[in-house]
Amino acid sequence: MLSILKNRFEQGYKTNRYPEEQVKIFPRYRGKPVIQNNIHRETLETCAASCPQDAIDVQNQKIDMGRCVFCGTCENISNGQIRFTNDYEIATSKRADLITSGDLPALAEHAKQHFKKLFGRSLQLRQVSAAGCNACEADLNVLATPFFDLARFGINFVASPRHADGIVVTGPVSRNMKTALLQTYEATPAPKVVIAVGSCTISGGPFTGSPEITEGLDKILPVDLFIPGCPPHPMTNLHALLSFFK
Amino acid sequence: MSNAFLQISNAEKVSREAIPHLSFDEFRSQALGLVTDGGKIVHYFAYPDKDRLKLLAVLRTDKLFVAGCDVPDPYPSFTRICEPFHLFEREMAEQYGIRPHGHPWLKMVRYHPSYAEGAADVFGNDYSQDIPGNYKYYQVEGEEIHEVAVGPVHAGVIEPGHFRFNCIGERVLHLEIQLGYQHRGIEKQLLEVPAKRLSILGENIAGDTTIGHSLCMAQNLEALTGVQPDQGARVIRTIALELERLANHIGDLGALSGDVAFLPPANYFGRIRGDFLNLSLLICGNRFGKGLVRPGGVRFSLSDDIRTVFNERLAALRPEVTHVLALLFNAVTVRARFDGCGAVSHEDADHLGLVGPAGRASGMAYDVRRCFPTEHYPHLDIPENKKATGDVYARARVRYDEILQSLQIVESLAATPVETRCVTEGMAYDLPASSFSVALNEAWRGEVSHAVLTDEKGKILRYKIKDPSFHNWNGLAMALRDTEISDFPLNNKSFNLSYCGFDL
Repeated sequence: MLSILKNRFEQGYKTNRYPEEQVKIFPRYRGKPVIQNNIHRETLETCAASCPQDAIDVQNQKIDMGRCVFCGTCENISNGQIRFTNDYEIATSKRADLITSGDLPALAEHAKQHFKKLFGRSLQLRQVSAAGCNACEADLNVLATPFFDLARFGINFVASPRHADGIVVTGPVSRNMKTALLQTYEATPAPKVVIAVGSCTISGGPFTGSPEITEGLDKILPVDLFIPGCPPHPMTNLHALLSFFK
Repeated sequence: MSNAFLQISNAEKVSREAIPHLSFDEFRSQALGLVTDGGKIVHYFAYPDKDRLKLLAVLRTDKLFVAGCDVPDPYPSFTRICEPFHLFEREMAEQYGIRPHGHPWLKMVRYHPSYAEGAADVFGNDYSQDIPGNYKYYQVEGEEIHEVAVGPVHAGVIEPGHFRFNCIGERVLHLEIQLGYQHRGIEKQLLEVPAKRLSILGENIAGDTTIGHSLCMAQNLEALTGVQPDQGARVIRTIALELERLANHIGDLGALSGDVAFLPPANYFGRIRGDFLNLSLLICGNRFGKGLVRPGGVRFSLSDDIRTVFNERLAALRPEVTHVLALLFNAVTVRARFDGCGAVSHEDADHLGLVGPAGRASGMAYDVRRCFPTEHYPHLDIPENKKATGDVYARARVRYDEILQSLQIVESLAATPVETRCVTEGMAYDLPASSFSVALNEAWRGEVSHAVLTDEKGKILRYKIKDPSFHNWNGLAMALRDTEISDFPLNNKSFNLSYCGFDL
């Protein structure tokens, strides 16, 4: 008993104060990409050609965060003309908004207002991993740990779709998981939300082109919230859930 | 016994001509001989070469061996004589339609159409139906027998898989695990994508083993091209692999603690795990180490400013880790639940070829870092870490030992300046023609291995991936025999195997 108390004392209070205070992430973290207005055409072309995810649109000087895996290759090549900033608030309510030069619409204003009314005080989510590599899953799980403490906002992950207000999908939706995913969606009572977490779910990500996966959850389900990343930082998830529903 | 297999080294380029191409009978007797004498299978897979199908086996004793042969028709199964081949033969049947005649339990592995187009499906499946559970499970019959079906969608935030229990009362007679829900077709995709996508795919085989898998890929490509990372890069990669081990082992002990309802360590370790993930982020900008390892070295340095923060964080974490470890392992209630639960005997572990902490808990001392060291491991002293009891306690205790060792390794490697020339863009992947390389690493779950074969034009002909979970899922099934079904979550966490690493 004494050692339990001693440990408790040593651990102290670790929960962050987000959203009142921003959480600082180490400088090498790659968040929202920003393409400089005056970027050299050639540089951008080289970046586009080297991008493993083919996520760069040279014509419109935009990068598709739904395809991007935030590897930072373009940042290296472009000498900082494309930069991954420390900004982790990068979720959007529309797929098209993920294609950006660095400006994102404020998520809180684009959220469906009836969702805020319905789920603002209590949101129960069912997570479905559909061929996720366990990185997105792990960084959703971590929201339950004391540092993030998602439950303090009235948001929880629940064990049954019957108890849920929506589903959170990770992974590129393999052929072998598609039926189970759709059944989980069906089993969730309406009105319900669908949240796509990670590059794989949004676009197929690294597995784009494989006949075994679905290239974009929005092709098979109506997606309300897109959270990009490979995987999205837990703070990206937290920001998305709070802005969209609170 | 004379050995017709060729002895090779870990991550070494071998000309395919140098690999003994044996007659099937000789291949069979040699492979069976090696494995029944205690050797283990690292790889055993089929690949197409021009219009023929061939087999290749990589086996290990205290050395690594390779040999191949043509696929005979019919192919007589090895499994009847030597069980460790069973899953490899099922995989070959699924991937290339090679039916192993006499296989005692031929069932699909991942539920996907054959890689060889036009080949008849060994399992008679219709792949336009997307239900991998469409399979007749092993059944126990009797008046008081009941079945429990779990998954693919589980109650927690975890990956999908199906578990079928046959029970009498609370007692599990048999657990059958059917996976494949996570299949993304990676091995096939690796042959088709441009070189710039290889590393990204390698990192996403299993996100919790990013470093383990990307090291295997990088080491193979380095061996084939002859581009070698500098000493600093090897140190950084070693640090990254140990950080991955620390984060996952700590997370596992927290989860085990939660499963026996001892919540303080569950919460503390849950957070501390995140602190170790953040150390990976400190180095490379990603909590799972994605983007760090590339053929030729690493993309991020451990510059002195980063190293200073790194060491400060480590110094703060060490007492927290040791105190919470003490809290968990000194609790008699925890000990009472861990002790004797889900024991896998040394004999069973040996037959199944268990690897990693699960294997070491059952007395299998094998550790790639000690037996076939790469990166900075030749300069490190890795203890055997094996335990005798094979139960949940042993699997937890192995992690306890390894957490303290890894912490010490990381501290000592980061104590002095590390210099490396970062690789910026991907290296040019001009692979040599008709070559072969196999790389093994001890990731946190155990031996992870990739094998690459190139064709006469230097194109990748076959890319074979093996996650340690491929060996260990059957260990979990074995642990559940005669165990109470309510102890399944505890046992499952004590193995904590990968679904996507298995399903590929």
